[in-house]
Amino acid sequence: MSNIWIICRKELKSYFASPIAYLLMAFFALIFGFGFFTATRDFVRFGFMSQMQGRTQPMNVNEMVIRPLLGFASTVALFLIPMITMRLFAEEKKTGTIELLMTSPVRDLEVILGKWFGALLLYACVLGMSAINIALLFAFGKPDWKPILVGYLGLLLQGGTLLAIGAFISTLTKNQIIAGGVTFFVCLLLWLLSWFTAFDSTGYGQVVNYLSIVTHFEGFAKGVLDSKDVIFYLSMIFFGLFITSRAMESLRWRA
Amino acid sequence: MIKVQDLTKRYARTIAVDNISFEVEKGQIVGFLGPNGAGKTTTMRVLTCYLPPTTGTATVAGFDVLENPLEVKRHIGYLPETPPLYPEMEVSEYLVFVGRLKGIGAADVARRVGEVTERCAIGDVRTKLIGKLSKGYRQRVGLAQAIIHNPDVLVLDEPTAGLDPKQIIETRDLIRHLAGDHTIILSTHILSEVEHSCDRVVIINKGKLVATDSVENLTNRLRGSEAIALEVASSNGPLDLAQVQQRLEQVSGVSRVVPRDAKDGRLGFEVESQQGRQVRGDLARAVVNSGWNLHELRAVGLSLEDIFLQLTAAEKSVAQKEGGQ
Repeated sequence: MSNIWIICRKELKSYFASPIAYLLMAFFALIFGFGFFTATRDFVRFGFMSQMQGRTQPMNVNEMVIRPLLGFASTVALFLIPMITMRLFAEEKKTGTIELLMTSPVRDLEVILGKWFGALLLYACVLGMSAINIALLFAFGKPDWKPILVGYLGLLLQGGTLLAIGAFISTLTKNQIIAGGVTFFVCLLLWLLSWFTAFDSTGYGQVVNYLSIVTHFEGFAKGVLDSKDVIFYLSMIFFGLFITSRAMESLRWRA
Repeated sequence: MIKVQDLTKRYARTIAVDNISFEVEKGQIVGFLGPNGAGKTTTMRVLTCYLPPTTGTATVAGFDVLENPLEVKRHIGYLPETPPLYPEMEVSEYLVFVGRLKGIGAADVARRVGEVTERCAIGDVRTKLIGKLSKGYRQRVGLAQAIIHNPDVLVLDEPTAGLDPKQIIETRDLIRHLAGDHTIILSTHILSEVEHSCDRVVIINKGKLVATDSVENLTNRLRGSEAIALEVASSNGPLDLAQVQQRLEQVSGVSRVVPRDAKDGRLGFEVESQQGRQVRGDLARAVVNSGWNLHELRAVGLSLEDIFLQLTAAEKSVAQKEGGQ
């Protein structure tokens, strides 16, 4: 158990020793800040307009600002995940340090879990940049904090899934660029799946839609903690880590 | 301590290791000698549980590499050909990480790191980034990570590769010092290293075991007798090769006299004695009493290089010669 933590710490230290962690956090903060600015500005404008027109319907900050923002955050983060996972195994393979990990008295699974967890914590730090913005909303209004928490949980689960898949792709090559590129395309594909099949009522379309990781996030964005969504993400994480462990085992059999 | 039996490692198209068997007792230093591509690194990787064997068994400290890999890994310290270092970490940070990874508890790890830092003389660069170290220091950090958990067995793959002569001597001394407490397997293709550092030698060529024995025994086995290099100079007038050769052949106990080149008008010979006969004194007297000057007289052992070239050029393993498969 502690082996997982040792490896997780090392991974985090490596991330923060290189520019990658700071670049990702800064980039995300910038883009999310932009989206946040746009969303709250439109919200305020809409409020003014409806006041002037005499329509005083109750306006919900949660519904109109936070929910779309969380969806926006998940989309942006989707494209940052390849940058987090590309070096997980590819760099170790290239520098030969994978030999150290595989000849030390730690199980392969502990290595994988440690790395995945380190990546997840980095992802959480990146998402944390958005939390700063959302916290500001509390200073100027009264949004409901429970759906926000559920929303972040969904973001973490969704991110965890993609991180697991990205980790698997990273075991396939020594070249970080290739690993990053392939992970990017896989994430893109999974994202687009939901777009293409959202209104498809055929059986085949429904199945594909169910598999999309974006579809299952919608519940979380609304603040609904649905067990089927949680189980979906946990199963996908398990699947991703499982194929990563098979890939790592196969490294021992190749030349 | 280490027992390898009928070990074979086969890939899709090649056989990297073909039916190798050897044993290493506790506390010995064994040299793994072979040309590049012979299968040394592959055998070491099987021992350290990095690769599984295709057939055959390997046990370290009584634990089988397939059945109990975690225990084997706890008992082995491994330094691969390229030390597995993380360039973005500091030296002490890295050693703490490896120490914890190898199972040293959080309370003891700082102390152990201090001990190996001193042992491997890397105290000066303790806070430096590994990426900025020179090759010699990197090798030493690699050695430090191999010994940090005080393993029973050390597996070192070309530990002096790429080092300058001074560093090579330092590394060899360090290895020699480690010998008593640890069992060491070290692979190399530098013959002098094996001659100086190792008790026994295992010679591998093209995946097959060619010979395994102590350096002395190997020399004696391949060279049944003592050879002496002799240089004769003239005290007055030129020398007649045939005459000198004949006189030397007359010395009792001499089995063969072979002329060799020599400079400055001297005559050189290689004299082979019969099994067990000491002929140096008689040779010296023969030369001097015949009125010539004895310029040089020395024993010529068979060097490891000769053994190596002979054995690997023969394309037949010793086992085969002795009637095996």
